[in-house]
Amino acid sequence: MTNFKVPVWGYWMMGIGFAAFVALLIAYIHKNRGFRRPVFASPYVLWLIVFTVIPCFLVAYFSFTDPQGHFTLDNFKNFWDSNYNARKAIAPEDLKMYQDMGLSLEDLGLARDSINIDTLVFSLWMAFLCTAICLLLGYPAAHIMADREFKLGPTLVILFVVPMWMNFLLRTIALMSLLEDGGLLNTFFEWIGIGRQKLLNNIPAVQVGMIYNFLPFMVFPIYNVLNKMDYKLSEAAMDLGCNKWQVFYKVTLPLSVPGVVSGITMVFMPAVTTFYISRLLGGGKVQLFGDLIEAKFLSTSLNEWNVGSALSLVMMILILLSLGLLNKVDPDNEGGGMV
Amino acid sequence: MKFIKRFYLGLVLAFLYIPIVVLIVQSFNAGKSRAKWEGFSFRWYEELFKDPNIMNSLVITLAIAVLASLFATIIGTLAAIGIHAMKRRPQHLMLTLNNIPMTMPDIVTGISLMLLFIFTQVERGFVTMLLAHITFDVPYVILSVMPKLKQMNKNTYEAALDLGATPMYALFHVILPQVMPGVITGAMLAFTLSLDDFTISYFTTSPLVQNLSTLIYSQARKGIKPTMNALSALMFVALLVLLLVVNKRTAEEE
Repeated sequence: MTNFKVPVWGYWMMGIGFAAFVALLIAYIHKNRGFRRPVFASPYVLWLIVFTVIPCFLVAYFSFTDPQGHFTLDNFKNFWDSNYNARKAIAPEDLKMYQDMGLSLEDLGLARDSINIDTLVFSLWMAFLCTAICLLLGYPAAHIMADREFKLGPTLVILFVVPMWMNFLLRTIALMSLLEDGGLLNTFFEWIGIGRQKLLNNIPAVQVGMIYNFLPFMVFPIYNVLNKMDYKLSEAAMDLGCNKWQVFYKVTLPLSVPGVVSGITMVFMPAVTTFYISRLLGGGKVQLFGDLIEAKFLSTSLNEWNVGSALSLVMMILILLSLGLLNKVDPDNEGGGMV
Repeated sequence: MKFIKRFYLGLVLAFLYIPIVVLIVQSFNAGKSRAKWEGFSFRWYEELFKDPNIMNSLVITLAIAVLASLFATIIGTLAAIGIHAMKRRPQHLMLTLNNIPMTMPDIVTGISLMLLFIFTQVERGFVTMLLAHITFDVPYVILSVMPKLKQMNKNTYEAALDLGATPMYALFHVILPQVMPGVITGAMLAFTLSLDDFTISYFTTSPLVQNLSTLIYSQARKGIKPTMNALSALMFVALLVLLLVVNKRTAEEE
């Protein structure tokens, strides 16, 4: 933080931008010969530009620059090979000297290290697994609640909605205290004679934590779509001779696709980006892409922020791609995914 | 079949709620153990309220939640009224931009705001956390106010202007009273979300200014103390009540 200097163009942009905004606002009021209601939105327009649009561009700016503000692709090269910057920091003649001494890059700890890519792939795999399991667990639950004969359904759905808004951190901590060595589950295991198990600080614990946190995000959109579905369609299918299974996979399932897609996106996105679930339930032994980014930004060395921005940019692009996919399959947002 | 279905639903709900219930029960346990019940007591709650760190964070959390929901409600209500009156294309653009903070994962929002504060060299702390909270609160206020505006009769505002009201007078005496239920829901939602937030606060504040969530996180990394159980239990109950109220309000409005 201390050795970062705002580039001169930064001040210019800020000044010109603000002046342009005010000028446009005045021009708009003048053109309409007075104060029209859209003007009420102007504080928020300014707020959006400053706190949403510009920060997005800043992520891109930091990922394509070095700490001195010069254009570079090194951050992305470092994404591919996490020792790239470290190797570059060593003068070529020193490197040659070491190599003449018979030390290979491996000995120096400077060989290509694909930890970033590996972590990303691992994160995607964990998120994929989490999404698949949530779908398998959540679809039947949504289907049962959307059943017209099940009068409690609409009430029970609230029990799935509330955790969607509730702090994931608190819920993760609740799970953590249940799974701990001296926790209730292990005491139960001891009591029935299985003996204590190591339930925390491993990959399955992180996976369970992700499913635990994100399951409601799968159930709710699917329930929404199934609930709005015209029940007469399945009745008609029954009348025309379908059995229960045929009704399900020929009528209900195809009609619930928007909800499923919404659910998949809403589970997959936070699952790829989470960092505290893996930190708390994995005890630092399981690293996800989110942890990698978090670590880069917690570091005090400036260069790491640029590398971290590049990692964030990769993640943002992944997210935009999946959102684009969502919009293609569910253009009217029928699943009600976005609340 | 019916029984199996309900049993399955019960299992899923148990999976979601047992950890929370256990945590709340444990917070009343007199002993330190997480497994053995040593009698009911408020011991951890008493310790909680004696801990200056926790009390300090509580004040920060509440101050941020109150201020952020206040500013977000003002900005958001005005924005909703403005956006509602816009022509199709700018309206669509505004609604899309409004969706960005809601669809982006928290970590991206947090990091991009953190970079903004680094870039503009604003020392991270209370003010930056407040700005960040307002940023993620406003879209939800807009979403709460928008349906009310759509239900409103468009002509009343024009009529007020024709009868000689200034836009400001018409805003306060014609539009606002009609959309008030939505504004209140929005304010409550903003307050809840702000109380609830961890990720964005984590990236936009310094370790010196912590809200309850970031404090819990930094403590939980070292293992969970019974006071943390009590604190989490309190937050759970507070959030649950707020969320149920907001949920009921939105359901009634629809």
